[in-house]
Amino acid sequence: MNLDLRFPIGGLFTIVGILLTAFGLVSDHAIYAKSLGINVNLWWGLVLLAFGLVMLTLALKKGGSSAS
Amino acid sequence: MQQIHLGAIDYAILIVYFGFVLGIGWFLRRYIKSSEDFFLSGRSIPTWIAGLAFLSANLGAQEVIGMGASGAKYGMMTSHFYWVGAIPAMVFVGIFMMPFYYGSRARSVPEYLKLRFDEKTRGFNAMTFAVMTVFSSGISMYALAKLLELVLGWNFHTSVVLSAVIVLAYIFLGGLTSAIYNEVLQFFLIVLGFLPLVLLGLKDLGGWSGLKEKLIPVATSAGYAPGAWSDSWRHLGSASANPMGVEWFGMVMGLGFVLSFGYWCTDFLVIQRAMAAKSMNAARRTPLIAAIPKMLFPALVIVPGMIAIALHNSRGGLLPLGADGLPNYNLAVPTLLAHYLPTGLLGLGLTALMASFMSGMAGNVTAFNTVWTYDIYQSYIKPGQSDKHYLRMGHFATVFGILLSVAAAYATTRFNNIMDMLQLVFAFVNAPLFATFLLGMFWRRSTGHGAFWGLLTGTAAAAAHHGLTLPHGAAAGLKGGFLGTVLHTYPSEMAQNFWTAIVAWTVCFLATILISLMTRPNKTDEDLKGLVYSLTPRQVDAELVWYRRPALLGVIVLGLTLVLNIIFW
Repeated sequence: MNLDLRFPIGGLFTIVGILLTAFGLVSDHAIYAKSLGINVNLWWGLVLLAFGLVMLTLALKKGGSSAS
Repeated sequence: MQQIHLGAIDYAILIVYFGFVLGIGWFLRRYIKSSEDFFLSGRSIPTWIAGLAFLSANLGAQEVIGMGASGAKYGMMTSHFYWVGAIPAMVFVGIFMMPFYYGSRARSVPEYLKLRFDEKTRGFNAMTFAVMTVFSSGISMYALAKLLELVLGWNFHTSVVLSAVIVLAYIFLGGLTSAIYNEVLQFFLIVLGFLPLVLLGLKDLGGWSGLKEKLIPVATSAGYAPGAWSDSWRHLGSASANPMGVEWFGMVMGLGFVLSFGYWCTDFLVIQRAMAAKSMNAARRTPLIAAIPKMLFPALVIVPGMIAIALHNSRGGLLPLGADGLPNYNLAVPTLLAHYLPTGLLGLGLTALMASFMSGMAGNVTAFNTVWTYDIYQSYIKPGQSDKHYLRMGHFATVFGILLSVAAAYATTRFNNIMDMLQLVFAFVNAPLFATFLLGMFWRRSTGHGAFWGLLTGTAAAAAHHGLTLPHGAAAGLKGGFLGTVLHTYPSEMAQNFWTAIVAWTVCFLATILISLMTRPNKTDEDLKGLVYSLTPRQVDAELVWYRRPALLGVIVLGLTLVLNIIFW
């Protein structure tokens, strides 16, 4: 197959990560009362962003073709 | 429960995700040139992708909602579905059975039965399987739409139509490859969408030990030992000592040996993912690679249920009550999502939930269209057509498979726990099947007549056992006892289902042996080469790197599972 699945995985989580991080930066802190006062959007957004970027990097590097 | 209002950010995440899902299907459409491309991904899927798809094809409603519900209802004992059930079965299918499935070049599980036994055995399996997949896909659809109605206030019919159209679109375009790629995407989404929920819940309750402490009153108020909700093995001595109402033998044999092996070793829905792998070695490692994340899944799907019941009990009525006055366990996971996740992450969690339902649906539809086209249409209705014809049939089967699922969704009746209902269906059809495969693959003397009549007898035995027994406190009807007399009353529905499976398996096993010995073998040794253990050259893996050796991987997986069983004893 000519689609390296790491591209869509990386792409999806990069975009969702950026959305959540950005929302975490601008959102009212009051909504984080239910998540124990932690700005989970910001922190989990960064986790997703990092995961997405790692996937994209792996896909771009094509290290050892499509990893078996 | 209180309805959730989604914000713009939640919808944005949902839309981005479905954009990717459809985009993958759209991108893959040009690679679908033959029926083998459409139904078997041209047997070219990389191992890690096949492995994750093997895992998440079954990650539908029964897993995320059902396991969460069982976690709330039965506590840590639910982990047996993984650590006694799924994992050993996945190791077995990878090491021992995959050589015959993949090596025979059969395109489906029923086709293997035709090669090994005869036409009627294949026909029986193909028909029952087709019905079962449509039913399962319908349950997924029904549960998703019901959930969206309850939690988000979305219109039931709109949800059914929307999910049907999305699943249809991406399978229609990209066939099995599209389903597999999307299953892998869904796998990551489910892990990354549910992990924050579990972390927040555990942090709130003071970690695992805090959760265990909060589960003590849950257990004692129901009349069990304090650890009944947080130990997996300790209360299995007798059926009355644990909320599941099973004792260790019924659990290990019924759930572990018969139901789980029956499901993971013979269900084409999951086997299809391994058959699509690019080589024999890849196919054998597919279930083993799947087993590694699978053994950690209790943390993602069972623990949320346990957190929900702990909160429900200690902070007053988190879960809405059902008509019977008991908490509505099926809402454990969605309620917890709404409880901990703020808008934003909530969108991610709900997207993961929808993704899991749709992967369950898509998995069933891709298995259905393959069995329909190869094992029913090509075999009985219109043999000898061009490959193009069957490819077209595959597209068509995808459409009516989904239409039938919609019909099944509307026909689905309610049980307290979706899992119990699925177990029931599996018990009738799948439990005897594992005996047939075991004998077929490892006893060369078993014959076509033996297999077919053994299967029928086993299925009939399952129905008879179910019809003559009842779970404690249930009225005769769907739950059993429909044959008029009730010979035995089980402490719970779960125990009854496990024993139905044990009876079905044993009867099928014995009947197949008996009838095989009375009938003449219908296949020569030459026919059976590659299909039966004693007539197939052994797989030689000794010169491969360690992580490519299935047997070694299997030992590692089993060792880790044993450790988990001991830690949570």
